[in-house]
Amino acid sequence: MTTDLATPDPATAIHAAPPPLAEPSGWHEIRLTVNGAPVTAQVESRLLLSDFLRDRLRLTGTHVGCEHGVCGACTVLVDGEPARSCLTLAVQCAGAELRTVEGLAPGDAPLTPVQRAFHECHGMQCGFCTPGFVMTATALTEQPRRPDAADVADALSGHLCRCTGYRNIRRAVCQALDERFDGGDAEQGE
Amino acid sequence: MKPTPFDYSAPGSVGEVLALLADEEREAKVLAGGQSLIPMLSMRLARPGLLVDITRVPGLDRLYADASGALHIGAAVRQSRAADDPAVRDGWPLLAAAIRRIGHPQIRHRGTVCGSLAHHDPAAELPAAALALDARFVIAGPGGTRTVGAADFFVATFQTAVAPDELLTEVVLPPRAGDGWAFEELARRHGDFATLGVAVTLRRAPDRRTVAAARAVFCGAGPVPVRLPAVEEALTGTDAGAAALDAAASAALAGLTPADDVHATAAYRREAAAHLLVRACTLAWERCS
Repeated sequence: MTTDLATPDPATAIHAAPPPLAEPSGWHEIRLTVNGAPVTAQVESRLLLSDFLRDRLRLTGTHVGCEHGVCGACTVLVDGEPARSCLTLAVQCAGAELRTVEGLAPGDAPLTPVQRAFHECHGMQCGFCTPGFVMTATALTEQPRRPDAADVADALSGHLCRCTGYRNIRRAVCQALDERFDGGDAEQGE
Repeated sequence: MKPTPFDYSAPGSVGEVLALLADEEREAKVLAGGQSLIPMLSMRLARPGLLVDITRVPGLDRLYADASGALHIGAAVRQSRAADDPAVRDGWPLLAAAIRRIGHPQIRHRGTVCGSLAHHDPAAELPAAALALDARFVIAGPGGTRTVGAADFFVATFQTAVAPDELLTEVVLPPRAGDGWAFEELARRHGDFATLGVAVTLRRAPDRRTVAAARAVFCGAGPVPVRLPAVEEALTGTDAGAAALDAAASAALAGLTPADDVHATAAYRREAAAHLLVRACTLAWERCS
């Protein structure tokens, strides 16, 4: 069986009418940037950013786990900083620049160094938590100075991997950081 | 679950915020970073009729030291920005250390300093740090602006001196004056709320051999941050040596009356408090300038 997993262009994907609701509530038109593309959408006040990305923009790479800020699977970059999309309302993101895992290597683009490192170090295990880890790791590689081991541990502690795959995840993040800050030839230990 | 329906407004001035909070037709809640409020909405523990997003009010994102050297942290200043600010790290390292104990970077990027203080979870780090640092809270309301000291700000669990129709616009921290500091906590996992935590500041006398002033504030030990004068008296005037630390630890054991809960028994919390206090005082003494 084949399934078309191609991601629709967010600029064209969303402009269907908002879903009907049983309850009245405040609606807002928001304009923001998602993976480089401008997006305009009508959103209900209570719509979580995670649901906006998945259900309205059909960017289902952002995974939803606990829905109250514990697991980190829904982490995306809001104005360059990793944040829980389940602890953010879509309406709060008016004017923001969002990046999701779909934005890293769209279409046939080569994988980013972080994605490649997760692949090479087998840092994804079952894969459910991976998009969140990858977005946090991407932000680490975009800092002006190399984060130290404590920074890496602190950032990764914001994600739960129930396969207990932290060893390979940390190895992948260190490989990506080596590539970004040291030219990429160092074999990273623990 | 998903939040119940509510209206949302992102006003452009403190006056507009106050006008919305004064709306008696529907319960209004202030939204800053939302890192505590949004999970409460999703679990339907809170069902406000209106969220007032204050993060777009010009001026509330200000973080600066005034001419007297006091640090002003506006209501929209996010925790990671405050913790990463060179002036904060240099002048108020206890605050930066307390912030780094909050959740994870992904939370701190969105959560605000003032939001955590106004939310006042008794296990949270910032209320204890604010009390240890003698913070002042600037509160705008229908009758004008008033300032409340830290000792009067925290009223009970999830309750502060800020009334429903008022807005905490900034928190002000006086200059540190070379005090040594430490923030130590016990948590089941990194990033969890503290089972028990303590913020300590120590000042050396001019001879540098004795403690001129001490401050010790515990979190996770009661419905508000707990400051223990007996601990501070046990340290003041001493050389911060083993005998003084023993006396301070005994005073903490005698003075704290934490509750039993699913995370720890009261007896365990008191033991932990005594140990963390000794560790924090040792660190703070070494860090005095």
